[in-house]
Amino acid sequence: MSGTESDEPMRATVAGGRVDLGRFLLSWFAVPSALIIALLLGAVMMLALGANPLTGYSALVTGAFGGSYALSSTAIQAVPLLLVGVGICIAFRANVFNIGGEGQIAMGGLAGSATALALPNLPSLVMIPLVLLAGAAGGAIWGAIPGVFKAKYNVNEILSTIMLNLVAVQVMNYLLAGPMVDQSPDSVGGLIPETKLLPPNSLLPILVKGTQLHLGVPIAVIVAICVYFLLWRTSFGFQIRSVGLSRNASAYAGMPVKRTITLAMTLSGAMCGLAGAILVFGSISHRMVTDGSLTGFTGSAGFNGIVVALFGGLNPLWTIVSAFFFGGLIVGGSSLQVATGVPSDLVTALSGIVVVLVVSLEYLRRRARAQSIALGGPRAASPPRRPHQDPPLAVKGGGDR
Amino acid sequence: MNQFFTVDVLTVTVASGIALATPFLLAALGETIGQRSGVINLGVDGIMLLAAFATYYTALQTGNLLFAIMAGAGTGTIMGMITALVSVTLKAEQGISGIGIYLFGLGFSALLFQKLVGTPLPIATLPPVGIPLLDEIPVVGGMFFKQSVLVYLAFLLVPIVAFVLNRTTYGLKIKAVGENPAAADSLGVSVARIRWSTVMLGCTFAGLAGASLLMYGGIFQVNLTQSEGFIAVALVYFGAWRPVGVMGGSLLYGLVGVVILTWKSLGIIPLSASDLAATAPAVITVLALLFLARRFRQPAALGRPYEREG
Amino acid sequence: MHRHLDRKLSLILPAVLVALVAASCGGSSTPAPASPAPSPSVAAAASPAPSPSAPAAASSEPSPSAAAATTLKVALVAPSAVNDLAFTQSMVEALNSLKAKYNLEIAVSDNQFVVATAANVIQNYASQGYNLIIAHGSQYGSTIQQLAPQFPNVSFAWGTAGSTYNLPNVFAYQANSNEGGYVQGAMAALLSKSKVLGVIGPIAVGDAKLYVDGFCAGAKFVEASISCIPVYTGSFSDVSLMATAATTFVANKADVLTGTAQAVVGAIGVAKSHNLPWFGTQWTQVSLAPSNVVSSQVYNWAPILEQILTEIQGGKLGGATFTATLGNGGEQIQFNPGFNLPAAVKAKADELIKGITEGSVNVPQ
Repeated sequence: MSGTESDEPMRATVAGGRVDLGRFLLSWFAVPSALIIALLLGAVMMLALGANPLTGYSALVTGAFGGSYALSSTAIQAVPLLLVGVGICIAFRANVFNIGGEGQIAMGGLAGSATALALPNLPSLVMIPLVLLAGAAGGAIWGAIPGVFKAKYNVNEILSTIMLNLVAVQVMNYLLAGPMVDQSPDSVGGLIPETKLLPPNSLLPILVKGTQLHLGVPIAVIVAICVYFLLWRTSFGFQIRSVGLSRNASAYAGMPVKRTITLAMTLSGAMCGLAGAILVFGSISHRMVTDGSLTGFTGSAGFNGIVVALFGGLNPLWTIVSAFFFGGLIVGGSSLQVATGVPSDLVTALSGIVVVLVVSLEYLRRRARAQSIALGGPRAASPPRRPHQDPPLAVKGGGDR
Repeated sequence: MNQFFTVDVLTVTVASGIALATPFLLAALGETIGQRSGVINLGVDGIMLLAAFATYYTALQTGNLLFAIMAGAGTGTIMGMITALVSVTLKAEQGISGIGIYLFGLGFSALLFQKLVGTPLPIATLPPVGIPLLDEIPVVGGMFFKQSVLVYLAFLLVPIVAFVLNRTTYGLKIKAVGENPAAADSLGVSVARIRWSTVMLGCTFAGLAGASLLMYGGIFQVNLTQSEGFIAVALVYFGAWRPVGVMGGSLLYGLVGVVILTWKSLGIIPLSASDLAATAPAVITVLALLFLARRFRQPAALGRPYEREG
Repeated sequence: MHRHLDRKLSLILPAVLVALVAASCGGSSTPAPASPAPSPSVAAAASPAPSPSAPAAASSEPSPSAAAATTLKVALVAPSAVNDLAFTQSMVEALNSLKAKYNLEIAVSDNQFVVATAANVIQNYASQGYNLIIAHGSQYGSTIQQLAPQFPNVSFAWGTAGSTYNLPNVFAYQANSNEGGYVQGAMAALLSKSKVLGVIGPIAVGDAKLYVDGFCAGAKFVEASISCIPVYTGSFSDVSLMATAATTFVANKADVLTGTAQAVVGAIGVAKSHNLPWFGTQWTQVSLAPSNVVSSQVYNWAPILEQILTEIQGGKLGGATFTATLGNGGEQIQFNPGFNLPAAVKAKADELIKGITEGSVNVPQ
């Protein structure tokens, strides 16, 4: 992918790499080995719990990829992961660590629902883009707040995004049980936080009959592709990546660093907000409903999306694949539970193991590659993105990465 | 509001705030040590969960609270070894590996709980222990000096950690490794060894945090921490990587939470405002940071694995 | 840089291979339900009581044996754990108690707190030919509203709620938890010397709110000047918050406590350590505080389930709402013999229960 070439800092070069069999084997088989180790560990855990690993894994894979219905479930599950992941790509590339995805998704869902309920009679052609945009806007606001705090007041975004998640859940509960609740006499509004039934014109149409595959899937993919172009084919994208690699150098080059950071966070939030709107308008229940927690609505997408993005190398195009894979894991986990009685928490634990193993083996691969790098010091050997480092501008000793 | 400003209510409010802050404080202190040496650990929440379950299970099986707490701390140490192996030796991207450990801790603790424990039974929790003489001081005595031993331990660790960081050679090495590992390396400091030690220490603290959280409620549930571990990481930034600052942040967070609950129970906060009032700890923490606007810099090498070149 | 390229390919390639291999091996069989019974006919043979030979409601899979035993496949989707000592456990226990009598094949999907995922699970069960799907959570209602029309041969039971959305294959069930709350509130007011009660809830919705409102109403009925202010912590699962709320009540001189939600175990711990009486709801919580629990309002869903199952066997898949009350055995006040309850208080409780059952006592909604 050409986009990733600009990962390397501008001054380091890669001097020719002769293809070395050892390196080749290592780089091609490190990651699959990690997967196999994780699978084996999972099998051991299943055996310890009295379940048959073969039944379990085949249920997992069948539930995720076996047949058109399973594939559509996986695709739908992948949508919020993909959008959040794309948002993370933007934020991380600007060196901003957005952990507020959960809250931003909720805000997007609320904004979209409110818009649909306020204007119920618009035709679909207008309604659907409107509510999706509203969702993006809701998430954008929720992302802009920590963005501004960081740019203007140097408040660390890990702190502010986590805190805003806590605020978001209460706002959501307040709105869904109060002003936005379903008041119709036959409803259970007031029993559980949920909105009125959404106008049918606002629901995302289903594309493949017999499945739940809705318009949100191609929308998410198109958005991912657009963000790819944004990041690597526009000057704004260049600014984002530049600020992410070096704030000081970017400032010297005359880029509006603070504005870029704020906009990156805002865009990241917008992606999550869009995910929230798609969750609402593509849902089976045709309402925004939760049990009182953020996770009940988002399914932890705001969080899993981070892993998805990182596995996609912070490249929106690869994030599409990674999201599909993780979506499959989640969908397959339910089938695993049904087939073997092993709680789907096993899949959560396994996904953690996979993440750790893959990321650990990355080092060995890097080591194998290091021989081919002619110039450059420590920077060339280490991955370029360090989201946690943002020395404030012009602080003595902080310096460039 | 008059009811709130009575001695009894204020005493319990402050005492509860201190107790509620303890798990945050322990986890955040551990994370501070690790981050000062340049390693960020986002898996704190997962480690707390595993440790909480270990504490719970040990207490169920043995009935011995000391063993249980040791099991919790020990779980933290073991996870610390894994974290150090991944982050320091294998130089993995720390943000990602941390989240991987979180997912593992979340899933595995839930799995073990559902499979090993049938019907959850509560365990005996730590009784509050009064410090002789001090706890008889009017008002203040009841607030500060009638807590469980884990609370005392947590707050004692604050000056200890501060002392170690600022006045010992070890602390100096930690800070050096966190700011400029290449320079430290050239001076003969083993960057890997220091980071291994801080990570293991930090994760042991996280294990203690999980144990103290379990002791608070007396029973384990799936996802007991409810992402508290991440709040603890956030508090490290709030505290500007200084133990005293971290203590301040934890106390602020805990106290505001308790005050809100107290006001609700006194009717000061009406039911209609109940949801929005629950946001107070988060909002106040962010606002506090906004106004304090400290310009402390994070450790320069934070999040960067160190590789000796040459 | 091809580093990313080959990392991604080497991630996908084995995944795809594994998927293809496994799908070809296991793809022909649909995931089997996690029922303890190995196969329907074996279960029929092993069941001690002869099962009624009424035809099962139209299921898409033919019954395995045409003889006396027709199995009903029941799936339960619940938001918390099966051993949560509260909401979910009450339904699981009730269902299991009826397994032999109605020859049930039971599958349980618990911890389904993500509504969208639960919707998929329900849809899966429906398309796998289950006769009855119990959606045990108010948040699943909107899903049922959309799915039930798509599966007219499947019966859906939804609770806690009072509406079937006028769909012919939806049953609804609910519990008037305010009734038991009323009785327990009255008892609490009588037991309290300080006349301050501590009430702790998660969020002011649903069953929690119903119980809390009933509790305070009952307390005020006995003692008009009693202080009964509920604190909603804002979370169903934050144990420390509930424990802290209980502690603040104790500081305000509350000497009797009650609460609801799965995180309430924290509050029970506080009651225990301060040796205060505790009133429980949804399931018996005696195991958590053997000498402090005065009584628990236990939901017994079995009578309602039996009615639903009988209707299904008779060919009716929905259209009725069932309410668990003190009168019909759906709710029971289980007194804890380990608590020393003064006779006068118990008498009052019995009097109120009788009154509510007969309708002479009106519990405000």
